[in-house]
Amino acid sequence: MNEWIFYAFSAVAVAGALGMVSNVRNTVAAALSLVASMVSLGGIYVLLEAYLIGVLQILVYAGAIMVVFLFVVMLLNQRKDGFSAGRQWVMKTFGAVLGVAGAVGLVGLLPARFPEAAALPEGFGGYRALGVMLFTDYVLAFEVSSLLLLSAMVGAVILARRSAD
Amino acid sequence: MVGEAVVLSAILFAIGTVGALVRRNVIVVLMSIELMLNAVNLALVAFSRQWADPAGQVLVLMVIVVAAAEVAVGLGIVISLFRNRETLNLEEASLLKW
Repeated sequence: MNEWIFYAFSAVAVAGALGMVSNVRNTVAAALSLVASMVSLGGIYVLLEAYLIGVLQILVYAGAIMVVFLFVVMLLNQRKDGFSAGRQWVMKTFGAVLGVAGAVGLVGLLPARFPEAAALPEGFGGYRALGVMLFTDYVLAFEVSSLLLLSAMVGAVILARRSAD
Repeated sequence: MVGEAVVLSAILFAIGTVGALVRRNVIVVLMSIELMLNAVNLALVAFSRQWADPAGQVLVLMVIVVAAAEVAVGLGIVISLFRNRETLNLEEASLLKW
């Protein structure tokens, strides 16, 4: 049963990713395909028993980050790319070859069969297990990440404001 | 299910790489990079499930933080690029090209 749900989510994730990369006409549609891909990734996280990460994936990625993308796409409102054709086919061939080679290479690195997954402790992947880890073993990384977010916020405001002349 | 999840993550990573290399709309390139980060997150979650170690999920939280910061700064750069050049084409952003 779980396998079939997993395969359905995987199909949606791959289809959404392909739709995002191959949609050359409409950037809003590309962003919405990426949203579909991210939501199904959230479902896969839940199937892998990472419940908090699944919720955060949908809240932060599919919600906040993609809303910012859509906001910028609609703010800039470029109806037509109008990009010159140029050496497009060279890049397309190169990209397709590299993509297939990369996927085959990465899959080839994997072992044929993973060993049986370890038994999970009580409350694995819940907010308590992650919160305790985040505030004991990884508290320095947690604090540094808040500094990173603050500096990114200041940087984004300075980059995007109209110059004060 | 762990093995399939890692294969899916490799496929998504490859799609993201192709998107970041082939597309010239700077917003789509940023979205492709987001897709690559998501693929890495999926691999981390899968391995965390395999060895029942929540440290992988903590690392996923850090990747989400970095992705959010990257989007904020990247889209700020996109907006100022659009203000200066009136385009989203990456090939027009060539001030630093020799």
